[in-house]
Amino acid sequence: MENKILKKVDYIFQESSINEIIDVVSKTLTKSPDDIILDIIDSGLKGRGGAGFPTGLKWKFTKNEDNPVKYVICNADEGEPGTFKDREILDTVAIKVLGGMTICGYSIGAKEGYIYLRGEYNFLLPKLNKIVDDFNKQLKSKGIDFNIFLKSGSGAYICGEESALFESMEGKRGEPRNKPPYPAVSGYNSKPTVINNVETLVYVTMICKMGVERFKELGTKDSRGSKVFSVSGDTPTPGIYELELGMPLADFIEDFGDGDTKAVQVGGASGHCVPRKHLKETIIGFEGIPTGGSMMIFNSTRSMYNVLHDYLEFFNEESCGQCTPCRVGCQQLLKGIESVKKGDRKPQYLDELKKLANTMKVAAKCGLGQSVANPFNSIVDNFREEIIY
Amino acid sequence: MSEYLVNLKINNIPVSVKEGTTILDAAKKLNFNVPTLCNHPDLSVAGNCRVCVVEVKGARLLAASCATPVSEGMEVLTNSEKVRTARKHVIELLLSEHNADCTKCFKNGHCELQDLASEYRIGDHVFIDLVKAKDKIADISSPSISKDDSKCIRCQRCVRTCDELQSVSALAVVKKGDHQKISTFMNKPLHEVVCTNCGQCINRCPTGALTERTYIEEVWKAINDPLKHVVVQTAPAVRIGLGEDLGYDPGERVTGKMVAALKHIGFDSVLDTDFTADLTIMEEGTELLTRLKKALVDGEKVALPMMTSCSPGWIKFQEHMFPDLLDNLSTCKSPQQMFGALAKTYYAKKKGIDPKNMVSVSIMPCTAKKFECGRPEMRDSGYQDVDYVLTTRELAMMVKQAGINFMKLEDEHYDSIMGNSTGAAVIFGATGGVMEAALRTAYEIVTGREVPFTNLNIMPLRGFEGVKEAKVMIKDVKPEWSFLEGAELSVAIAHGLHNANTLMKAVREGKANYHFIEVMGCPGGCLGGGGQPIPTSPEIRSKRAEAIYGEDEGLPLRKSHENPEVIQIYKDFLGEPLGHKSHDLLHTHYKPRIRY
Ligand SMILES: Cc1cc2nc3c(=O)[nH]c(=O)nc-3n(C[C@H](O)[C@H](O)[C@H](O)COP(=O)(O)O)c2cc1C
Ligand code: SF4
Ligand code: SF4
Ligand code: SF4
Ligand code: SF4
Ligand code: FES
Repeated sequence: MENKILKKVDYIFQESSINEIIDVVSKTLTKSPDDIILDIIDSGLKGRGGAGFPTGLKWKFTKNEDNPVKYVICNADEGEPGTFKDREILDTVAIKVLGGMTICGYSIGAKEGYIYLRGEYNFLLPKLNKIVDDFNKQLKSKGIDFNIFLKSGSGAYICGEESALFESMEGKRGEPRNKPPYPAVSGYNSKPTVINNVETLVYVTMICKMGVERFKELGTKDSRGSKVFSVSGDTPTPGIYELELGMPLADFIEDFGDGDTKAVQVGGASGHCVPRKHLKETIIGFEGIPTGGSMMIFNSTRSMYNVLHDYLEFFNEESCGQCTPCRVGCQQLLKGIESVKKGDRKPQYLDELKKLANTMKVAAKCGLGQSVANPFNSIVDNFREEIIY
Repeated sequence: MSEYLVNLKINNIPVSVKEGTTILDAAKKLNFNVPTLCNHPDLSVAGNCRVCVVEVKGARLLAASCATPVSEGMEVLTNSEKVRTARKHVIELLLSEHNADCTKCFKNGHCELQDLASEYRIGDHVFIDLVKAKDKIADISSPSISKDDSKCIRCQRCVRTCDELQSVSALAVVKKGDHQKISTFMNKPLHEVVCTNCGQCINRCPTGALTERTYIEEVWKAINDPLKHVVVQTAPAVRIGLGEDLGYDPGERVTGKMVAALKHIGFDSVLDTDFTADLTIMEEGTELLTRLKKALVDGEKVALPMMTSCSPGWIKFQEHMFPDLLDNLSTCKSPQQMFGALAKTYYAKKKGIDPKNMVSVSIMPCTAKKFECGRPEMRDSGYQDVDYVLTTRELAMMVKQAGINFMKLEDEHYDSIMGNSTGAAVIFGATGGVMEAALRTAYEIVTGREVPFTNLNIMPLRGFEGVKEAKVMIKDVKPEWSFLEGAELSVAIAHGLHNANTLMKAVREGKANYHFIEVMGCPGGCLGGGGQPIPTSPEIRSKRAEAIYGEDEGLPLRKSHENPEVIQIYKDFLGEPLGHKSHDLLHTHYKPRIRY
């Protein structure tokens, strides 16, 4: 494994003017769509929304679909507890997101792009509307046939899941769809669609601006480049930081912890809890623990029972409720730890619940239900006594 | 679906299926049964219950077999340890939020959840009981349908039924997470919303969450009351469905046994809705010819196309969704209600029964008729014309309760004077049947000749296509019908409210130039009614249709106007079709309703 150290980076929030970005776009669009896609594949860029799918491949699959109508969608639903980086990006460097969407549109053959904005971020709308308008006008004047629209979300966490997001955009209840078909084949309005996270699209612009090689200088073989982290919890320095991928979690805590770190929840409520004793061997990146960017730090004053309880309450509320493993499973996990805590059930019941969580992991319909086992098992395994007593 | 074949292995056995086939169907082909709950042959794929999950080698996730298409080289295990664990968990989870009081449940013994629970021997649940007390109070506001959320497994079959098959969307999923449930507009009682009472959701609900409101006890009480004369009528589609709940395969005709059973049960008069189906043809056929005459000869503005009115689910749909087209509906009551009005007048008088002491029961393939019999317009006899409506399923229960060995019964005949019928009445039970019966009679009245179709079978009107159309050339008419000479009668047929909706939109937009339209509220017509035995599927409905047309062909009389009892009633009581008495007893009116 490559050994990286914590390194702060400044690609994402580097300011750019609209003209600069239009320039990057125009220059990029002199290449063929295939060449751009090859570049993105070569860069090793993986999705920053959590799942970490290689961006270039996603584009390639969508480009290969034979359909006159395709879409690019920017996922700005950002609902994962402890994540607030997309808001910051859209607030400060939205123009780079628009650049990435345009480049994607050209590469896959889409003429329309949508930003699906989290309901709670509606305060950004006036500003974004203006930027999008200006940008669309500029594209038009350059003869680039691509238009960007804004859609305001419904405020449900589940609408960040790509297929639920499409349903929501189509005016339906935000319930995840069956997969396959994947968005590349059938996404928004059942058309081939690329859906990317806000941050992913900014990196697209940056890769096109500074070149693939510069981007590849950072990170590891499996986790190229850098990533924006939302740091919260028991830290003297909460906030948003762009860091090189591939760092050991211990280094991160060295820098951001308050000296009394007990555990780190990597990747938000649906992520993994890493206890102090495993910080050293844990790598932040797709080869280790992937993350949408949330880093929640807990010190020794925190009750891990409460932490888990909060997460489970969150899932209970945010599960769309359509599939059995998730709708009922979440309730059972929550009620289950409560009853173990109260002594109504024996500690061994936690093992039944872990089995249940493992079923949810493989049998739930979407990523939400599938990921509940991440916090559940990692917290129960590492802090079992705290759950029981 | 393409013809391209995909090769895969299921439980290590190779199989080739067409591209696009689901794993579930491929497994079926090899006779591997995979349990399902949310899946239904009439509905789109949901993939939400997860009980059908299977293992695909090399995949991180289990696949919902109902929702996952096969792919080349796939290796599927339908019963591995991983699958069994997940499947058991799913069933246990469903039961943990389920009010499993099976012994008190209407669906006891006919429940897909119960079947699975017993198949997997789920005894004492591992998990915590999550049933909410407030959900245990069923919504029984509707006279047709009972909705008990504590029995609901959220498979959404009902939601898809109401939306995809019926275009009503009275039911919807609301809220998230542990509060998610199936609800109505603003969570109002079913009786206050757009629900048509068609019962199609009941037919597809795997559990006891949606059932008919049952009136079996009331009927037993009447039967056992020596002061009451209990009259029963049976709708055309009951005789070809009932057998399914009493040990027969779909498509078995059990008319004679059904009549025998009703007599054993103790009904005082066992009569036939088919009689009033024939009567409907006389009234409705005359109404159509009258409207055509007004339009063609008198130049009057009349509402055309005229539309049938036999199906109370369809009527309520029209009142909610197309109140602007109510004048197009025939004013004829449904055969059930014609029967009810005549039972307590004509029949009572002829038999010397005081209508006050008469209890009028009807056995229907339909739940909407439970609502219909309580409509305030349906009291023209001076009493409630039909007192209780039971579904085919409820009759089967009564047969069992009465301890009757149904399969061993000798056939018996209906009583007279409202028990005789023709093949034309029997085919009312299938989509297109009313139209076929009407044409057999109207054509003959107008031309003096039989309809020009081999053996009276008007094939273009048959089958399950959503909307059917036909044209009949009218030539060489009798002198009194000269205004129809050379006219081409244009008709259309829709079944299931989704298809009705499509057709009505065309009518509203003036794009449908028909003279006469038949609509039945349920897919397949009454044979697929909301009160028919469960399960239902396109195959089962086809078998029922074959049985109906078989019954028609086997009857000596096959044209409504030849029914001797119909001829008799006009002579003795009604006078003539659309006459004064008919108007009072057999016709009705409709009222606009709101859309939610
Ligand atoms: C419950 C759930 C919520 C999600 N919310 C978000 C979100 O808010 N933003 C996001 O970019 N991706 C979210 N995702 C991931 C998306 O489904 C999708 O993978 C992502 O938008 C793809 O973009 P990327 O490849 O650029 O990461 C969520 C997934 C799940 C299962
Ligand atoms: S896993 Fe949860 S959020 Fe996803 S479809 Fe199932 S119930 Fe809905
Ligand atoms: S719905 Fe089924 S499982 Fe539930 S109580 Fe009724 S019969 Fe039993
Ligand atoms: S009875 Fe018919 S209209 Fe009413 S909810 Fe059920 S399917 Fe919908
Ligand atoms: S009412 Fe019946 S059909 Fe509807 S979701 Fe519940 S269990 Fe399924
Ligand atoms: S039957 Fe396949 S998920 Fe319900």
